Amino acid sequence: MIEFIQQPWPWYFSGVMIVLIMLILIFFGKSFGFSSNLRTICSIAGAGKKVKFFDFKWRDQIWNLMFLIGSIFGGFIATNFLSNKAPVKLATNTVSDLKKLGISFDGGLNPNQLFSLESMTHPGTLVMLLVGGLLVGFGSRYAGGCTSGHAISGLSNLQLPSLIAVVGFFLGGLIMTFLIMPLIF
Amino acid sequence: MKFIKFILAGTLFGIVMTKSEAVSWYRIQEMFRFQSFHMYGIIGTAVVLGIIAVYLIKKFKINDIAGDPIVFHEKEKSFTKYIIGGTIFGLGWALTGSCPGPMFVNLGNGYPAMAVVIVGALFGTYFYGILKNKLPH
Repeated sequence: MIEFIQQPWPWYFSGVMIVLIMLILIFFGKSFGFSSNLRTICSIAGAGKKVKFFDFKWRDQIWNLMFLIGSIFGGFIATNFLSNKAPVKLATNTVSDLKKLGISFDGGLNPNQLFSLESMTHPGTLVMLLVGGLLVGFGSRYAGGCTSGHAISGLSNLQLPSLIAVVGFFLGGLIMTFLIMPLIF
Repeated sequence: MKFIKFILAGTLFGIVMTKSEAVSWYRIQEMFRFQSFHMYGIIGTAVVLGIIAVYLIKKFKINDIAGDPIVFHEKEKSFTKYIIGGTIFGLGWALTGSCPGPMFVNLGNGYPAMAVVIVGALFGTYFYGILKNKLPH
């Protein structure tokens, strides 16, 4: 059992677990959508005084912030106690494609080259992380949801708008991967 | 404490996202390069099972734990905002390898620079709030 948990989980088991999380939230009378937390945090920080979009009853969203805090614990627990530290089984084509961009595969979940403390001392990397986050935050609110709200919750409820959003997610992802990343890395 | 169950659900989410490697920048690159089935398998399984689960909840009119009927909200009808917003989101998703959930999960995974991505995402959300009425929806 513990050996099974410590391995990277197969895709089908992971898919089942993600639906389980959506269902847990539904049975708690809520819904699965992570990006609305970003709006809530802006609102708590006082953005509602100046911008009407952030003037709402954020207290009704505290449950989702608790979910957010839990997700940080979950990452910590999974990495430190439920992992056998085996390198990610990344496709060899991906490894070589990324190498051409100058990003080496270090076996971890994310490249330390971009996401370690030391990486933040490089102004270029810092700008990239900031702009990337900016696009995610702006885009998810513009589209009214992110991967959880649209790709999982919305598609499960057969929402055409969510399908359009997911098409957009891929359109943007492909433009970044094939057209923009070769220019900036 | 009524919020403990949400902390626990979030903890499970963080564990699932990490163990499935869906929080991996490398895996997201692999997905957008169509070089592995892994991420498609995860999302595909979740969507197929999700459709069945939502159908059954509606069909059998299942209640939540408080005894209230479970309601699913229809998304507002539009094309423009979903395709433009979605595309902007996708640009950031591929660049940072993180959608909003994984940004936080990856903090727990020991990647401190994710805090910069989170700050960016908060600014992005704020700018959207400022510009909302000027944007096509």
